[in-house]
Amino acid sequence: MAKNKKKTNKWNYIIFTVFVAFIIGSYFLNFDLGSRIGSNFMIFARDMISILPPAFILIGLFDVWVSRKSIEKNFGHTSGFKKYIYAILLAATTVGGTFVAFPVANTLYHKGANYSSIFTYVTAASLVMIPMSIMEASILGVKFTAIRIGVSLPLVIISSILLGNFFTRIDYKIPKAE
Amino acid sequence: MYTLYYIAGIAVLISFFADREKTIKGLKIGWKKFSKILGTYLKLLIILSFILLISDQFIINYLGGQAPFVGLIMGLIIGSITMMPGFIAYPLAGILVSRGVNYMVVAAFITTLMLVGVATYPVEKEYFGIKATIWRNIAGFIISALIAVVTGVLYGEVLV
Repeated sequence: MAKNKKKTNKWNYIIFTVFVAFIIGSYFLNFDLGSRIGSNFMIFARDMISILPPAFILIGLFDVWVSRKSIEKNFGHTSGFKKYIYAILLAATTVGGTFVAFPVANTLYHKGANYSSIFTYVTAASLVMIPMSIMEASILGVKFTAIRIGVSLPLVIISSILLGNFFTRIDYKIPKAE
Repeated sequence: MYTLYYIAGIAVLISFFADREKTIKGLKIGWKKFSKILGTYLKLLIILSFILLISDQFIINYLGGQAPFVGLIMGLIIGSITMMPGFIAYPLAGILVSRGVNYMVVAAFITTLMLVGVATYPVEKEYFGIKATIWRNIAGFIISALIAVVTGVLYGEVLV
């Protein structure tokens, strides 16, 4: 399995190199479609470069500094309803959206958070990011954003509890990303 | 844009003064996690570069001028398969509204854009496993549909 993973990773790098060569070639040959793909690529690449490396530094520090006990206490089975509040607050302040939320959720889970908290966290991270919501309200109106957040948060918590129970029942294990 | 670098830098400094060894261990863990997932993120970058080819014009054409419920379904589907950063998505949503597209349809599009990630599947499955990824996205789709309908009702676009 581990060896297989390594192989897929290698393929990803090879495909990526070919892809970058294709974009550079497209610019030189004025291949319109390729250049458009290239500028799309730049949009997301800039996003990822500005977010991913520091995010993983913080995840690493989080891993060594935050004790398993405190995660269990606040995001685990013993924490009652307040774990959803914490999960949503953590989500609202997570910089970088889902790209960062996925690895953070995985780390939380392996430190003792239960399913329903990490599902709430990841889902809320894409729904209530503060900077995004402000932008949305300024373009579509405060009413729109208020409805979206107001309706979604209860639904997010309910669905997280349902999914959490389901995954506990079937004894599902989330892969360890290390 | 590089705010997170400052935050991480400060965190590393503080951590380093508090405990040198722990910090080095933490940075190693971070690097290990990062190098392991990097290939998948690169793959995601390629997928997203192609997906963004679905032009604004295409989305405006498909979501505009539809019967409300057809628009709702289209909004849910287009939002699920596409993925775009907020600074592109929201101005686009603004254009849709100014063209008279229902708020319900815009809500369907915007919410699935955020909640359902068909394109981000390769990354999500690495961290959640296949089963959890699929169920979470199905739940996201249902939540988005409910949000859209409630939006439609509260804006007086659909009668109950």
